[in-house]
Amino acid sequence: MTSVLLPSSAAEAAALYGDGSNVTVIAGGTIVMPTLAGGRTLPGKALVLTRAGLAGITRSGPRTTIGATTRVQELVGLADPLGGCAANVADGEIRAQGTVGGNIRAGAGADAPRGDLQSAFLALDAVVRSTGAGGERTEPLEQFLDADQRLLLDVSFEEPAAGAFAAIEYPHTHAYTVLAVSGCRAQDGTIRLAATGLAGHGARLRSAEALASDPVAAGVAALDDVAFADDAVASSWYRTKTLPVLVRRVLTQLEESA
Amino acid sequence: MNLSVNGVPHNIESAPLTSLLDVLREELQITSAKAGCEQGGCGACTVLIDGEPQRSCLTPVVAVEGAEITTVEGLGTPNDLAPVQQAFTHHYAAQCGFCTSGMMLAAHAYVEHGGTEDREAIQDALGGHVCRCTGYVKIIDAVAAVARGDSFDATLTAAGTRMTNLGGVA
Repeated sequence: MTSVLLPSSAAEAAALYGDGSNVTVIAGGTIVMPTLAGGRTLPGKALVLTRAGLAGITRSGPRTTIGATTRVQELVGLADPLGGCAANVADGEIRAQGTVGGNIRAGAGADAPRGDLQSAFLALDAVVRSTGAGGERTEPLEQFLDADQRLLLDVSFEEPAAGAFAAIEYPHTHAYTVLAVSGCRAQDGTIRLAATGLAGHGARLRSAEALASDPVAAGVAALDDVAFADDAVASSWYRTKTLPVLVRRVLTQLEESA
Repeated sequence: MNLSVNGVPHNIESAPLTSLLDVLREELQITSAKAGCEQGGCGACTVLIDGEPQRSCLTPVVAVEGAEITTVEGLGTPNDLAPVQQAFTHHYAAQCGFCTSGMMLAAHAYVEHGGTEDREAIQDALGGHVCRCTGYVKIIDAVAAVARGDSFDATLTAAGTRMTNLGGVA
């Protein structure tokens, strides 16, 4: 028998989550509900975040903070890479249900990489505030993605000087991102690149960043930073052929915005 | 749990994590929302939750307690069809009908939110809805007609219109 927990504040959500053991988090429902309907998941405890007060976008100086249960659709229209990356997720109805936290936290699924927004937030050098074993902590997204299960509370980043996004066009709105590259030029001029659609979770493309002034060479170098899977949406061969193109497009967009 | 569906209040007895789709179909016997893929990929289960189109298969009923749900039955009646229902009838925008209620609710919300007859914008708004009869051209024609404000003969029911036109073909 599942016990359903419906916290009405962030503090209550964190207390009910505890160290996360035996807890299934439901926010937008887009990932968990199909597994419930199919009988593949029978949570001991279901933490439903709908009323936990974790939604919203706030800005303080150059820093933007996005709450975990902010809907993906609310990012559409923001500057690239985040705006373009969000618009590339599924369709408008799914974007209005799925949450930023759920999308970031989604690891690779059995048939698709998922975690569509990871590349944009990695390129933005975002920082994640989360709770779980050991209490609340704040860490770079890159580190968070490798952590054990934790409840994401919010994600924040400093607005870049310029941003860019490029993706493989997908055949159907239902499909997760096949492969996408996000890029930023930070306020200090540093170029950061990251990709989604890899085996595991999204990753920074540091070899490509080091060659950012040469988009073609950077595109080839990016292959050193990633591993691909063969899954239901694309082969690793196809992704290998396409990643250099997407890196080149993003760097070219960044150059043109300079 | 309390839920209002098409203006009628209901006390829901299903378990809290039951999908809104199952609550509508199994508990309330409102079957216009269809169980297609049940993983958010087809749009056949879309209903309006406080006016916004959402996949009912992905929505645990506990998350929408107190909300106003609109299914296609709530848009109009057989003798007083809503504009989007009139347009789908007039433009033959339904074939097997499985996707139609989701399509019409998404189209209704699109027009209510000020959507225009721009075909790309309509495609974007209906992008999560799959018609396996592939009747997209007529569906988009119908939505464009509503967005344009075309008027239809509201005295004709869906059945009446269909019979009139079939008579002409025969």
